[in-house]
Amino acid sequence: MAAHSRTKGASRVEHLQIPLPKQALALRGFVPAILLFALALFAAATIRAQSPSGVSELAPGSAQLINPDELLSLLQSTTGEKPLVLSVGPSLLYMQAHIPGAEYIGAGSAKPGLDKLRARVKSLRHDQLIILYCGCCPWSHCPNVRPAYNQLAAMGFTHVKVLYIADNFGTDWVDKGYPTIKGQ
Amino acid sequence: MRKIVLSIVVIAIAVAVYEGAQHHSHSKGAPPGALDSPAATFAVQDLDGKPLSLAGYRGKVVLLNFWATWCTPCRGEIPQFIDYQSKYGPQGLQLIGISMDDDAKPVHDFYQQFKMNYPVAIGSASLAESYGGVLGLPVTFLIGRDGRIAAKYVGAAEIPILQQKIEALLQSK
Repeated sequence: MAAHSRTKGASRVEHLQIPLPKQALALRGFVPAILLFALALFAAATIRAQSPSGVSELAPGSAQLINPDELLSLLQSTTGEKPLVLSVGPSLLYMQAHIPGAEYIGAGSAKPGLDKLRARVKSLRHDQLIILYCGCCPWSHCPNVRPAYNQLAAMGFTHVKVLYIADNFGTDWVDKGYPTIKGQ
Repeated sequence: MRKIVLSIVVIAIAVAVYEGAQHHSHSKGAPPGALDSPAATFAVQDLDGKPLSLAGYRGKVVLLNFWATWCTPCRGEIPQFIDYQSKYGPQGLQLIGISMDDDAKPVHDFYQQFKMNYPVAIGSASLAESYGGVLGLPVTFLIGRDGRIAAKYVGAAEIPILQQKIEALLQSK
C-alpha cells in the first residue's frame, strides 16, 4: 500500500517537472545555501532580541558584576550608599544562609520571582544601587541571575550589579568566613 | 621491674587517650556531613507519600543526592544515577534523591519524564543543615553499609571516580 502510494506520488511529481534553462539549473545548487544563510541571520536576530542590552550573558569580568570581597567591603563600609541586596535564588538556600540584610525575592527563573522583583523595586529611584545574587550552582549554569538582571535593566535601573559567585554560595561566600544569617 | 610496669601503664594510658580523641573527632565532635561521621538520619515522605528514611536502608550503600529540577548539572547526573540504581541495586546500592525545589510540581513532572527508579523527597533547610548545609547544587553523599559518610561531592561528581567509589563500597561487608 505504501509502495503503491509512493509510486503514485512520484509519478505525479514527474508529471509536473518542467525542463529548466541551464542558468537556472546552475543557480539551483545555491538555493539550500541561501536558505541556510537566511536561517542563520534569523537566529542571530532572535538571540539579539532576547538580550537587547547585549550584556545579559553577564560574562565573568564584565562591569555588571561585583566580586564577593568587593560586596563585603561595601556592606562593611561606614560611608557611601548602601546597596539593596536581593536574593533571587531558591528559598531553601536563603533559609540556610544568606547575606545579612539581603531580602528574599524568589527564583529569577520563575514568574513569581520576577513578579515579586518588579513589585519590590517599583517605587525605587532608577539609580538605586541594587545587588542581585543567587549562588545556587556554578555561574554559567545559574538560571536565576540573568532573568532578574534583564528584568531590572528593562525597567530602566542603571545601578544594578550581580554578585559573581563562581561555584556556589557555600564555596564562594560561606566557606570564606563571610557573614551570613539564617532564616526566612 | 617497677620502671617497666610504670612505662607500660603510661603507654597504655597514652594509647587510650589517643583512641578516645580519635573516636570523639569522628563521631560526636565532627561537624554535620563530615567524612567518616555517621550520616544524619531522616524520615520524610517520598513523592508518592510513602515513608522514606535512611534507617530503612541500613546495611546498604546509599547514594544521597541533593538536586533540583532547575539545576543543569543536577539534570545531567540523573540519567547516570538511574543507571546506577538498575546496575548496582541488586548488589546493595540504594539511591535517594532530595529535591531542593521550592515547588513539588516540577519535581513530580521531572520524575515521570525521566522515569526515575529511586525514591525522591522534597527537601528542607533542616535536612540540608543536618548534612552540613547544601549551599549550592548538586551535592552528593556516599554512605557506606556502616551508615558512615564515605564520600562527598560538591558540584557534579566525576563519574569514573564516583563509580569506583561505589564499587569499592559495595564490596565491603
